[in-house]
Amino acid sequence: MAYRDNSKYADVPQETKQQLFDQVKADERYNDYLYGCYECGICVSACPSARFYDYSPRVIAQTMAREDIDRFYEILADDIWNCAQCFSCVRCPRQNNPGGLVTLIREVAVRNGLKETREVLQGYSRVIYKVMLKGNQVSPDMLRPDFFPDWGPWVKQFSDNMREWRLAIPTETMRGVTDAAWKTDAKTLRELYYIWYSTGNLDLIKEVDPGLHDLIAEVVEEELAETEWME
Amino acid sequence: MKTATVDLDQIKARKAQIFPRDPNDAPTHDMREELFELEHKGEIIVQRVPEPYVEVLTKFGRTKKIPIQKTWHHKSCGQCGHIPGYSTSIFWLHRQLGLDFIDPTDQTSCTGWNYYASATSNAVAQAAVMMRNFAAAYETGYFPTIHCGTSFGHYKEAREQLVKHQDLRDGVRRVLDKIGKPLVIPEEIVHYSEWMHALRNEFAKRQVFDLSNITACVHPACHYHKIVPEDAIYDWEIFGGQRTATVTGLIQALGATPADYSTWFDCCGFGFRHVLVQRDFTRSFAVQRKIEVMIMEANPDVVITHDTGCVTTLDKSQFSGKAHNFKVGVPVLSDAQLAALAMGAHPFRVLQLHWHSADWRPLLDKIGLDWKPYWQEFEDDLAKIRRGEKEGVTWADSDTPIRQRENVPTTV
Repeated sequence: MAYRDNSKYADVPQETKQQLFDQVKADERYNDYLYGCYECGICVSACPSARFYDYSPRVIAQTMAREDIDRFYEILADDIWNCAQCFSCVRCPRQNNPGGLVTLIREVAVRNGLKETREVLQGYSRVIYKVMLKGNQVSPDMLRPDFFPDWGPWVKQFSDNMREWRLAIPTETMRGVTDAAWKTDAKTLRELYYIWYSTGNLDLIKEVDPGLHDLIAEVVEEELAETEWME
Repeated sequence: MKTATVDLDQIKARKAQIFPRDPNDAPTHDMREELFELEHKGEIIVQRVPEPYVEVLTKFGRTKKIPIQKTWHHKSCGQCGHIPGYSTSIFWLHRQLGLDFIDPTDQTSCTGWNYYASATSNAVAQAAVMMRNFAAAYETGYFPTIHCGTSFGHYKEAREQLVKHQDLRDGVRRVLDKIGKPLVIPEEIVHYSEWMHALRNEFAKRQVFDLSNITACVHPACHYHKIVPEDAIYDWEIFGGQRTATVTGLIQALGATPADYSTWFDCCGFGFRHVLVQRDFTRSFAVQRKIEVMIMEANPDVVITHDTGCVTTLDKSQFSGKAHNFKVGVPVLSDAQLAALAMGAHPFRVLQLHWHSADWRPLLDKIGLDWKPYWQEFEDDLAKIRRGEKEGVTWADSDTPIRQRENVPTTV
């Protein structure tokens, strides 16, 4: 039996695969992350995802070094979201950074709105919404028993008492805050919105979730309209 | 067949040799030289570490400056969002030592968690978020201290890219010019646990609980020592310089026993997107590769780490592991929480232990801290808040160490 089903993405045109590969290779960080591969497997031995998934940082480094376009496309569609981004793989004696390569490949997958990427990120949209509008990754109001039943009974206990528990924190920037991790100035958030707006991040969201993009864009553009930064 | 053998004493003699660390022979060079060069060209401002600072040695022998005060606390979204006792303990320790610091509202997350989880960002955006936060710190005259392991690693990664790539610098400069902020990079990227390490003996002097019968396993956070590894602190006195010195050094200073285990290098299983949307991976890894191994090899009373994601993953993953009869059941705290606990911080007003899922009660029992009256006191706080008699818990409620306010003799 073949290790891989090489016909899985046979319907994807070679030009498309090549174009996506070229986008990864064109990233200015690419040459900082890939120097070749001894095939020693140290990266695999340290990789948490390699223990639980059909995933190998070594294969990623090899594939990119060999410029194997078909295998690259399989990695792009199937493998990259398994990486835990812990960067244990940077133990590489050749100084490769397979985790960094995964980041670049993920960015290309997002930029091009790949079907598989849209599906993977569907469950993550709430976090993207939060980070883009609040400048925080997680907030207390995200801790709900229906999302985190496996975290034990304290989630329900917290959820039932969220207001009081948050008011019972002596740190002024956190006390009573439930929709963000800490209090952030309105001016600071506008500066963050300008970063998302001016660096093309809003357009990125459009590729993975148009509905989410519209929600975020409405707030960002309304807030930025109050500034002199809009072009 | 001829077999080559080496005498055991020879092996021991070799192992006892100290391997000299020479920054001139390091596989990487000192990033600060390049920062100062860019500053000399007028491209950036380098924010100097304020005095007084403590000098420590990094992995390859460079001296790193750790500021003691005038610090600007770059908070962590995970800590502040669902392990608030982590940040509160850091601030409580500053207050106990009377150190000048700022807990800013002009700060966003580094947004690195989202970036590593979803890649819905890009190099310019990520570097611009970092530089906006650094500029905000610079404007106050205080030096940034990074609470989150991921922010620390991500910022070092972004700093390296900024130094290497002119286009990236130009892209970030255009964004910051528009919002009126200068391009500033701190002389050192400092993690709060390095500040803890520098002050560990000061904490020990103020200790009121004896930790000498406590065994602790350390999980060193991946993004502290794997991304751009040359800025992490290592010490010959701590695991022979073969593990990071932060956290373990603190445990030693507080009189507890740090116990090594074979999977110390493994990540906790956090995975960024996994911990939120694919927790089967996170749980399996945390339980089977970390907690079970620690229990079987070292049987610790507590696991200590220095990153939000690690505390969350190792703590919360144990609940399901228990249901499947895995060997679990050990509390997980940050180094800041451990130091605060040893110094008599209130277990709920400061340590906020009720946010932790793994059972912390046996640890408190073992050090002789009867937590029940303090829980009652905290429940009274909550009741008053519910009734509108109290707006919230404040530092005035929390500053005094519990043994001091009750005139109970210390056990140290």
